[in-house]
Amino acid sequence: MSPSVPLQEMIRAIRSARTQCEERGVIQRECAAIRAQFRNTDNEGRSHNLAKLLYVHMLGYPAHFGQMECVRMIASPRYSDKRVGYLGAMMLLDEKQDASLLITNSIKNDLSHSNQYVQSLALCTLACMGSAEMCRDLAPEIDRLLRSSNSYIKKKAALCAVHIVRKVRELGELFVPSARSLLSEKNHGVLHGAVVLITQLCEQSPETLERFRKTVPDLVQIMKGLVISGYSPDHDVAGVSDPFLQVRILRLLRILGRHNEAASDAMNDLLAQVATNTDSTKTVGNAVLYETVLTVLDIKSESGLRVLAVNILGRFLLNNDRNIRYIAMTSLQKIVVTDHIAVQRHRGTIVDCLKDQDASVKRRALELSLALVSASNIRSTMKELLIFLSSCPPELRAHAASGIFNAAERYAPSQRWHIDTILHVLTTAGADVRDETVPNLIQLITNTSELHCYTVHKLYRALLTDISQQPLVQVACWCIGEYGDLLLKGECQETEAVQVTEDDVLDALEIVLQSHMSTPTTRGFALTATMKLSTRIIDNVDRIRSVVSIYGSCIDVELQQRAVEYNALFKKYDHMRAAVLERMPVIQKNSVGQTNGEVGEETVKESQAAKVAQKEMALPPQPAGQVCDLLDLLGGSQEPLQPSSSLGGAASTQPTTAGGDLLDLLGGLEPTPPTPAPAVTVYEKNGVTLTISCEQQSDSGLTVTLTASNSSDSDISGFTLQAAVPKSVQLQMRAPSRDSLPANGAAKLTQLVILNNPNKVNLKMRIRVSYTSQGSAVQDMVQVDSFPGIGAAGL
Amino acid sequence: MMRFMLLFSRQGRLRLQKWFTAISEREKKKIIREMTTMVLARPPRTCNFLRWKDLKIVYKRYASLYFCLGVEDEENELLALEIIHRYVELLDKYFGNVCELDIIFNFEKAYFILDEFLMGGEIQETSKQIVNRAIESSDMLQEPAPL
Repeated sequence: MSPSVPLQEMIRAIRSARTQCEERGVIQRECAAIRAQFRNTDNEGRSHNLAKLLYVHMLGYPAHFGQMECVRMIASPRYSDKRVGYLGAMMLLDEKQDASLLITNSIKNDLSHSNQYVQSLALCTLACMGSAEMCRDLAPEIDRLLRSSNSYIKKKAALCAVHIVRKVRELGELFVPSARSLLSEKNHGVLHGAVVLITQLCEQSPETLERFRKTVPDLVQIMKGLVISGYSPDHDVAGVSDPFLQVRILRLLRILGRHNEAASDAMNDLLAQVATNTDSTKTVGNAVLYETVLTVLDIKSESGLRVLAVNILGRFLLNNDRNIRYIAMTSLQKIVVTDHIAVQRHRGTIVDCLKDQDASVKRRALELSLALVSASNIRSTMKELLIFLSSCPPELRAHAASGIFNAAERYAPSQRWHIDTILHVLTTAGADVRDETVPNLIQLITNTSELHCYTVHKLYRALLTDISQQPLVQVACWCIGEYGDLLLKGECQETEAVQVTEDDVLDALEIVLQSHMSTPTTRGFALTATMKLSTRIIDNVDRIRSVVSIYGSCIDVELQQRAVEYNALFKKYDHMRAAVLERMPVIQKNSVGQTNGEVGEETVKESQAAKVAQKEMALPPQPAGQVCDLLDLLGGSQEPLQPSSSLGGAASTQPTTAGGDLLDLLGGLEPTPPTPAPAVTVYEKNGVTLTISCEQQSDSGLTVTLTASNSSDSDISGFTLQAAVPKSVQLQMRAPSRDSLPANGAAKLTQLVILNNPNKVNLKMRIRVSYTSQGSAVQDMVQVDSFPGIGAAGL
Repeated sequence: MMRFMLLFSRQGRLRLQKWFTAISEREKKKIIREMTTMVLARPPRTCNFLRWKDLKIVYKRYASLYFCLGVEDEENELLALEIIHRYVELLDKYFGNVCELDIIFNFEKAYFILDEFLMGGEIQETSKQIVNRAIESSDMLQEPAPL
């Protein structure tokens, strides 16, 4: 072993550089020297130069100019050159470089070299960076080497074959026979290589897997030999005989036994033996046990064996070694769904691991604990989870909080416990909970009417202590607004009541409103709560009024809008304030997890108030639009009654264009009088009879039904009615049921007239009748001065 | 299979890099950066396993050197720790009480030893003695260095 002095000198020089800049200088000089030396082909120290370059490359500097040198070195007959050349090839050349193809020939030659160490270099390089073309070229060569008698070469050829099969799947077929025969080797290295090769072939092709299932008995034999046999100095690691080979065989057995009863049966005994006999005091033994457990849980093993496996995992959980606890939890996590009962037995240990110092162990313990929560252990588990929440790392808080909420929702033993739990979470981890927590909690509180007093007291106390946790503050404000009267009453069954005055409550809300820690949403909650209290308290309504008016000029648009609307509620619509601000009804939940607009309930109230205000303002203009000075128009001339007919026409076009059953449409639209009102005949001529009947709808509303019939012998067509009423009365004519009257009273015609008489003037109506009978048009007019069904005193 | 093995000092300087899959230089540099940052940031009494993308990272600190293995999902993490330990033992036997300087000044030897122990991302030889003998024999083949 001769150290390459120039190389070491260079390394020393580089390391003694004090700054990055100095180092770069040294390296640049060296690289220049190396490049010069590369050009000089006749140089015995070539390998040292390349080694220097490789060192420079490892420091992160570019070294691609060494690629051709690698190719040259590999082709050199000297072993030292080849060694460094192949090393350079593995470091600098990868399949993406063109130069890599140039070494294919060298590799091919070296694979048949007389010296096994040269062969080994070629095999190693091929297995490391062989491209698909190279693999295809050299696969037959590798297969030949798999059959050689030299175990040193055989084991390397096996791993080379693994690489080839990974790169070119179709070549797998080529290696199947050799792989099979290698299993009978005694040499551990070769055996290991064979197992890896078979594993790779089985993973890639299900048909190959089927064929290799026959090897299960052989594998079981080999394992048994390893486990039971005595101390073998060559392969012993801390009392376990060749753990690397054992683990590989177990992994292959796993693949072969998966989904296959027969194969799983064949390995049952062996697995039980390994599980019980392996020494678990050292990591090595635990590595083998771990692989055994994974295999047992993955194949179709019998239940006794599965319980044994889960128990091993349980033992791992108690191990002092953190790594072993970690992998135990990872494995338990994978099987918690399928083997739930078996895992439940270790729940206590898992929950204890929540206190572990390692963050990954904590994370897994949290997930497992949440998966293991059930109705029977909810109280104890939740206690632990809440303790965990107060001390858990920040990245786990959100996950823990949402997990706790889910568990609480599913398994809460009582409403009060549920509310307590949620409040606890909000106080400890309020900043990390999800957005829908607030409406969900509010909905939960409204549903638990018997606990309103208790809840509002608790929340008020929480609000006094800390106003930084926004979700908590929002819920507290909402509750105080809703149930402030309960708070002020001062007595409570469930908890010790606090004597609170109205000023205290308003103070608390004002602090929230003014605090810089409150988000705009929270301030919105607080403002609305203050407003709601105006109906629930007695003395300090003025104070509320002033608060609300101050915020009318707030910069935040949302707050400003609210304040202005509340102001309006105080001023103009004070009579509605009590109704608008009364207790909310129980909120119906549409579906789990859906925010069904509770957050928007605040704005719903505003829009209600706004809508109400709008309606009142809209009403006054309406009568003005609908006034028809009919009587004046009618009084002087014979002008057709345009307004009313147009109104009637407008109303009538819709149903007529719809076609079909006018009667049904009208019947649905009009409020038909339940009892037939008395009908009065107002017109009778030429067989045409017109009767009217009235029904009072409201204080000023009246519905008049006009009925026409034809008792003559000839049909009447084009029958229309027009009506006029005094100035202040509003009139609306609905479409007639028909426009013709068949002879001899075969069918009647009805038409509804809606009247509105707000000023309560004396009601009169003039009706014009026009129709066509026997080819000639007839027009007539009748005045109605009194309406049946209405008192003489008038509307 | 193993994807890569990295050795780096506590200051983050790379001492050895072995890649078992074909990836670009840029990708390699990125992985090195991420590994060193991740592993060096780990507090002292935490477990030796990490998850990174779709790989498991197994690392162990020996004196001033961090040994970092990136393995695929099916690999046994505890066995990966054993692999790292076996490599350290091999280095120790070869150099006699190995320290970081040995690996710095004789990095190519460290590679040769690794290439006798691992190949193509898998274990090549499970017996310590056989690996040591192979290395010694290879060294004997080396032509003497020019003066």
